[in-house]
Amino acid sequence: MIKPEVYRSLGLTDNEYKKIIEILRREPLPTELAMFSVEWSEHCGYPSSRNLLKLLPKTGKYPALIGEDAGGIIVDDFAIVFKMESHNHPSQVEPKQGAATGVGGIIRDIFTAGARPIALLDSLRFGTISSPYNKYILKGVVDGIQFYGNCVGVPTVGGEVYFDASYSGNCLVNAMCIGIAKKARLARARARGAGNSIIYAGASTGRDGIGGCSVLASNDFKEGEEKRPTVQIGDPFTEKCLIEATLEALETGYVIGIKDMGAAGLTCSTSEMASAGNSGMDIELGRVPRKETDMQPWEVMMSESQERMLLCVKKGKEKEIKRIFTKWGLNAVVIGKVTTDGILRIKDNGKLVAKIDAHSLTNAPSYEMPYKKPDYLEELNYLDIDRIVEPEDYNNVLLRLLSSPNISSKEWIYGQYDHMVQTSTIVLPGSDAAVLRLKGTNKAIAVTTDCNSRYCYLNPYRGAQIAVAEAARNLACSGAKAAAVTDCLNFGNPKKPDRFWQFRNCIMGIVDACKFFKTAVVSGNVSFYNESHRGAIYPTPTIGMIGIIDDATRICTQYFRKEEEAIILLGICREELGGSEYLKEIHGLTKGDAPYLNLDLENAVQQTTLEAIRKGLVSSAHDCSEGGLAVALAESCISNKENMLGAVIDNLNCKIRLDALLFGESQSRVILSCHDDSVEKIRNIANKNKAPFRLIGRTGGKKLLILAKRKEIIDLPLEALSREWRESLKRQIRT
Amino acid sequence: MKFGVVVFPGSNCDQDCFYIVRDILNKPIKYIWHRDTRLDGFDCIILPGGFSYGDYLRTGAIARFSPVMKSLYAFANKGRIVIGICNGFQILLEAGLLPGAMLRNKDLHFICKHAYIKTENNNTVFTNLYVRNQILKIPIAHNEGNYYIDEEGLVELKINEQIVFRYCSPEGKTSSEFNPNGALENIAGIMNKEGNVLGMMPHPERSSELELGSKDGILIFNSIVRWLENI
Repeated sequence: MIKPEVYRSLGLTDNEYKKIIEILRREPLPTELAMFSVEWSEHCGYPSSRNLLKLLPKTGKYPALIGEDAGGIIVDDFAIVFKMESHNHPSQVEPKQGAATGVGGIIRDIFTAGARPIALLDSLRFGTISSPYNKYILKGVVDGIQFYGNCVGVPTVGGEVYFDASYSGNCLVNAMCIGIAKKARLARARARGAGNSIIYAGASTGRDGIGGCSVLASNDFKEGEEKRPTVQIGDPFTEKCLIEATLEALETGYVIGIKDMGAAGLTCSTSEMASAGNSGMDIELGRVPRKETDMQPWEVMMSESQERMLLCVKKGKEKEIKRIFTKWGLNAVVIGKVTTDGILRIKDNGKLVAKIDAHSLTNAPSYEMPYKKPDYLEELNYLDIDRIVEPEDYNNVLLRLLSSPNISSKEWIYGQYDHMVQTSTIVLPGSDAAVLRLKGTNKAIAVTTDCNSRYCYLNPYRGAQIAVAEAARNLACSGAKAAAVTDCLNFGNPKKPDRFWQFRNCIMGIVDACKFFKTAVVSGNVSFYNESHRGAIYPTPTIGMIGIIDDATRICTQYFRKEEEAIILLGICREELGGSEYLKEIHGLTKGDAPYLNLDLENAVQQTTLEAIRKGLVSSAHDCSEGGLAVALAESCISNKENMLGAVIDNLNCKIRLDALLFGESQSRVILSCHDDSVEKIRNIANKNKAPFRLIGRTGGKKLLILAKRKEIIDLPLEALSREWRESLKRQIRT
Repeated sequence: MKFGVVVFPGSNCDQDCFYIVRDILNKPIKYIWHRDTRLDGFDCIILPGGFSYGDYLRTGAIARFSPVMKSLYAFANKGRIVIGICNGFQILLEAGLLPGAMLRNKDLHFICKHAYIKTENNNTVFTNLYVRNQILKIPIAHNEGNYYIDEEGLVELKINEQIVFRYCSPEGKTSSEFNPNGALENIAGIMNKEGNVLGMMPHPERSSELELGSKDGILIFNSIVRWLENI
């Protein structure tokens, strides 16, 4: 008889335990109990979120591939496969290894689909940077990403980094990987064909990471708990060899199915491959290569040791596949075979330790979670703008915003990542989106991640829509058409109705915005229980978006290029300050509503930007986001270190408060610069698309000068802007 | 004329080098697995960047024991051309094919960025298409690029004009301000006394196409081709 404390400690509820007994018609064996606990965990089985995730659009502009470890889209003869996944709790517990294995895990999700990984992005969130502990976490996470990503030879080309007190005690590390495959070479995560062999390949199995997904990822953090043994240890060298060996093995055509062993390790790979192929499997654990002696069968089944794959290989072709892995110095052992009865039979040196219908493991229970609008929201959303005192010294405000850790340059971080390996990165980190050429074609892809979680906190539905809209806008500014989305949904405890209300509303926001932009959500990940003693993190639905550029020579970057060019603002500056970095940094307030968003206006601005870039009319394009118009202008002046270029802005529409004009975060705005000959052509494109168009100034000189109401309201030399923007993050991390 | 690029487990710039030679130079190139020992028929061997064997020990310290390395000694001793880039340079140092050693970068971080280097010696197999003191914009990406050699060794490098590249400012100043990793006297690349083996930390294969922000590195490959065509 298994005691309630035992199954509860594995994260199973009383009802779930009853259900297991119903399925098995008996008490589970210890290994079986362990297998159910991980497969039904929030991390693997999505019991609280599955019903809502079904609503995400599965079709869009490009044919979508959905359903396995990673999803993707088909573009010509290629499949672009991508996914983003969280590794939050492991990174909070052990920053370096937590982040490193987050990167390793997401890379495996890509090459297990048969795609060569071509780029990584990281969306990171930490508590306030002034705290030494948060600095320690930041440094550890960055170290883990560089340690793993650099060695494995996949360029880390972009991402985002935000700081907010809500992440103190629960940082977020969301890693995204993109891969490319010939359409015909895509691999499936399934086991099929009676008698075909199940081969275990890669690193040996140890006790690292046992219960990582059920215990660590599916619970709140409580202080003082020792969770370090649940964090896995990464070995990027083995992963690099595993990538090459796996892709080589897939080339043979003998691999029927393949799946990486990530969360829930062997349990997940065996049950999900069997279930997907409507097959069963006989597995002998005695053959599994071990790092440690005396491991219990349930430990072998739950281990989250890294850099391991499970393959279903055509009978009689085992030798060919083993030869490839052996060449790369990796284990490859036949540990079982495919059966037809749908039953997963796990033996440990001949002794049966589990016998479960594979479908019952992969069909985790699904719950309708109660939700309720948080009581604090009404008070939070109330902002009397008239009581916000307008600053006297706008220069000072701009410099303070540029040095805010959320706005300042992240070069200290991305400069430690190899962002050029594979020689495809044609727009390097530091612009709105990174751009990668696809060798052998005229095409390129642009990639970005985006989420302003403060907006989502104030208004989950609109905040999530803005995340999608801004990601698409970033891509448009690079010259790319938004194509498809992956989402990484980071929230608090789903059992608390106010947290679930946030989750629900964010999903609805993503659903509506993705439908509008015709971008399928091809993959994703849900991370609940992101809470510390301070409460839940801000709701953070990170959007990873891919855009397609049909002509790789027509791309664009955010910095001004030439003297004496026209500067155009597309879009409207509204009198709004809610949720802005300005309100937070200068007035110490997180209040008001998220910025207004009209998707038709958004589309008009993006279409105009895109068409103008494609016609070769534009020298630079930059979207207005955190810090508003003034920060965006400053970034356009200074972000190309080798060719900083000033601007004179003398034709703003000054009917609104100046602080809202300069620092408000109205959406759907893009700053373009272009040769004088192009101005009218761009105006025509804007008119055709019904996008608000305004000539606001000219490039040139060595300072940023903004005139409003006939006064020089901003007048700052480029060196001063550059110093604050470039040096402040490094300074704050080091002190 | 045939190029070969060695693939150690953990190499990660092998495919980039392969691409440059095959698709940009339009010259034949083959991968050489680190266990292969036959180097006959090759005119130039590239040791690519990456993390051979994970570089968990000293960089390049394990790779030097790969079977291919024995053949590479013989290849180099016959005066054939060898170029080691980044991890390849580190391996050449460990193997003793080039003098000196590599320390961790002075600020103890991995650095990836475009750097500038100055062609100190253009009278080489590898730089004959550059003018003397020509400045190259070229990416670096390494954790251990802090070149070191003892005083005696340094004197020898100078006497024999073995210092090929030095880090510099965009205008060519070689002061410490423009030294990204702390390398002794801003040294970015050296060759052996005989002039047929070059090691350099910057990546010419990442700066051989305009789309990547610089084409300055292609002349290294073209110099090799030119030299091979004229012997």
